[in-house]
Amino acid sequence: MTSATLTSGATLGSQRVSEEVRYNEDAIRLFVIAAVFWGVVGFLAGTFIALQLAFPALNLGLEWTSFGRLRPVHTSAVIFAFGGNVLFATSLYTVQRTCRQFLFGGEGLAKFIFWNYNVFIVLAALSYVLGYTQGKEYAEPEWILDLYLTVIWVLYAVQFIGTVMTRRESHIYVANWFFMAFILTVAILHIGNNVNLPVSLTGMKSYSFVAGVQSAMVQWWYGHNAVGFFLTAGFLGIMYYFVPKRAERPVYSYRLSIVHFWTLIFLYIWAGPHHLHYTSLPDWAQTLGMTFSVMLWMPSWGGMINGIMTLSGAWDKLRTDPVLRFLVTSVAFYGMSTFEGPLMSVKPVNALSHYTDWTVGHVHSGALGWVAFISFGAIYFLVPVLWKRSQLYSLRLVSYHFWTATIGIVLYITAMWVSGIMQGLMWRAYDNLGFLQYSFVETVAAMHPFYVIRAMGGVLFVAGALIMVYNLWRTARGDVRIEKPYVTTPHKAAVGAA
Amino acid sequence: MDLDSITVMLRSFWTVWLMLLLTGILVYAMWPGNRRTFDDAAQIPLKDDGQEL
Repeated sequence: MTSATLTSGATLGSQRVSEEVRYNEDAIRLFVIAAVFWGVVGFLAGTFIALQLAFPALNLGLEWTSFGRLRPVHTSAVIFAFGGNVLFATSLYTVQRTCRQFLFGGEGLAKFIFWNYNVFIVLAALSYVLGYTQGKEYAEPEWILDLYLTVIWVLYAVQFIGTVMTRRESHIYVANWFFMAFILTVAILHIGNNVNLPVSLTGMKSYSFVAGVQSAMVQWWYGHNAVGFFLTAGFLGIMYYFVPKRAERPVYSYRLSIVHFWTLIFLYIWAGPHHLHYTSLPDWAQTLGMTFSVMLWMPSWGGMINGIMTLSGAWDKLRTDPVLRFLVTSVAFYGMSTFEGPLMSVKPVNALSHYTDWTVGHVHSGALGWVAFISFGAIYFLVPVLWKRSQLYSLRLVSYHFWTATIGIVLYITAMWVSGIMQGLMWRAYDNLGFLQYSFVETVAAMHPFYVIRAMGGVLFVAGALIMVYNLWRTARGDVRIEKPYVTTPHKAAVGAA
Repeated sequence: MDLDSITVMLRSFWTVWLMLLLTGILVYAMWPGNRRTFDDAAQIPLKDDGQEL
């Protein structure tokens, strides 16, 4: 099936046009398939390394399967492979629908980006397993892969911004602002943090241009803004299109969305130093990072209120539409983890939380609750549209996925809260002679049960994703499950009619 | 006073300039006259594009 056709006249400012716009959807279907595939791979990798932490024998005694090498495979698979393909699919879908224009560069450029980006993912994962890494969190790929990704990313920027520039809608819808901020900032971050000198042009090894504490600061300027612009701004773009679309209501406040966007842009870029509290980074820089992180509460919660209140007057849809439930719950998790983040950036709190599992729990409440849930919601919305099906195979299965994954997240983050705070308290405990009360290995032994609970949470999250794969597969085939439908009429009205 | 020292002097007030820029954006977003434009913009995703199933 090729591009869909726009026949009804779209309003263009004051004038109307009735000419055809053929949206490009072939590449978007590929991105959706890749996103689902990498999602399952990434969740499986995460569950496996969680089990390795609980049961070290699973390292298998091989260098290629050791935790240190598989951990970046997990993070890159979920962030860049799953999250990246979701962002490509949703951004290229949204920009066409909100600009009423086909893709700049067409289907060919989009497919070129698709294949090269996914080849990059495979090469990066292979290089980690074989032991090649820059040793920078979320920026592990070595210099040659960095150059490759730069080319792909610039092409993506050209395609997205080109589409916006040739739009037939006079206003640039807010979702596109978020997507553009994500694309531009990620480009700058990627280049800024990967200024490296290769040892030789035929080898993988390279050295960073900046050294010491400056290198650490550049890395966390990159790392935190990867969270801020890849995992937040990009997915907020999804929120601003898919929540109104699924709820069939305009966003609660468009003005608030403008305020949300610009305050986020102005504040996020300064928050990175909170990853380097109590290090050799100058104190003023640490305080600056903390202050901006605390200020980020405001735009984050403004955005959360805007997303959730879009349902104002249509709350019953949460009961009858599990896809919308995914989307709205993700926004609630966004609010929760952006409350927790600034809290943890406050220096005395960070003194307890840093280097503990609390950080890992915080990241996953954002990654599983916010990023993955909004992605699931968008994918459940997109698949019937892209495969031209009137509905999903089963809404009940979406609901099973929702509850399985939610219980998984709750197990994960509660286990990590308890484990992390316990770990932090054990590290700082002194006996009455002034000696440290616990050796490091005692803290590790104390965390074992929580590692097991966390892995169980991961198993549930994977199970939920597999339910989704089955549901989407049957949807694409055009099947519809015979099941009890959700009652969309309010109960009172139904009783009154009877 | 050469151009260089003026630039340095102005640059040291960067927080003020950024604050003014942000304030300008907030005023633009909240300006009563812009309400209609923004209400229309909010409808963009919901406009029928003839491709809903």
